[in-house]
Amino acid sequence: MNWLPTSTDTPDPEAVAQEVFAALADPTRRGILAALAAGGPATATDLAAQLPITRQAIAKHLALLTEAGLVLAEPGERRRVRYRLESAPMKVAQQFLAALARDWDGPLAALQQHLGPTPAEK
Amino acid sequence: MAFPDRIERTLNLAHPPERVWAALTTAEGLGTWFGNRAEVDLRVGGQVKLAWDSGDQATLTIERLEPPRVFAYSWRIYGLPADDPRRTQVEFTLQPTGSGTTLTMVETGFAQLLDSPDHEVAFKGNTTGWTNELGELVAYLDGHA
Repeated sequence: MNWLPTSTDTPDPEAVAQEVFAALADPTRRGILAALAAGGPATATDLAAQLPITRQAIAKHLALLTEAGLVLAEPGERRRVRYRLESAPMKVAQQFLAALARDWDGPLAALQQHLGPTPAEK
Repeated sequence: MAFPDRIERTLNLAHPPERVWAALTTAEGLGTWFGNRAEVDLRVGGQVKLAWDSGDQATLTIERLEPPRVFAYSWRIYGLPADDPRRTQVEFTLQPTGSGTTLTMVETGFAQLLDSPDHEVAFKGNTTGWTNELGELVAYLDGHA
């Protein structure tokens, strides 16, 4: 069985989000993660066939993504390592994005307008 | 935490609490300023369904109802999958002032995480489960082709 590298305590969400955003900031790594999300587990060779970068570059990025806990390396057929997207960290990052994406200023301005004019600040 | 768990806004409104309360809790009010349409089942545990012309929808579950002072509901966390059980809580508090109402809106719960080990286990279990199930499906089809 191939489980996540077990951590002794719960990872700090801030650190998890940091890893996700750092990974996503790079277009090549975005491409790799998107390919794994869309097509499921794949080897470095599979990914090289899909993406406009060398297998060596992909292997380097996969090592980094594995280290960051965003991708899980699992033994595949004929001793070729397959990489699988680890979605739990994405959910942590998504939580942070949710707070940024929740727009209250628009609706509250609409509420103010709906109620009618407010006199100048006192 | 560098990221907010809560979002808070305060508005000073030149209208009595009753009027603000109506805007927050009636289909006419909510369907005008918040959504483009609204259906309201106004009771604790009841639901408010909001719809926008864009096709977006939101379902609010009413959590507190103390007219005309406190209106609170929970709803899905923006951006999470539809089956994610987590919710944020939105609470509107109406404070009468001499000439109108101070309205405070607080939304909390953005920092909820995969906090229980059970949840994490279940989550990983599901992810692994799907991979296994699909593998079994393939094996089944291969074996019975």
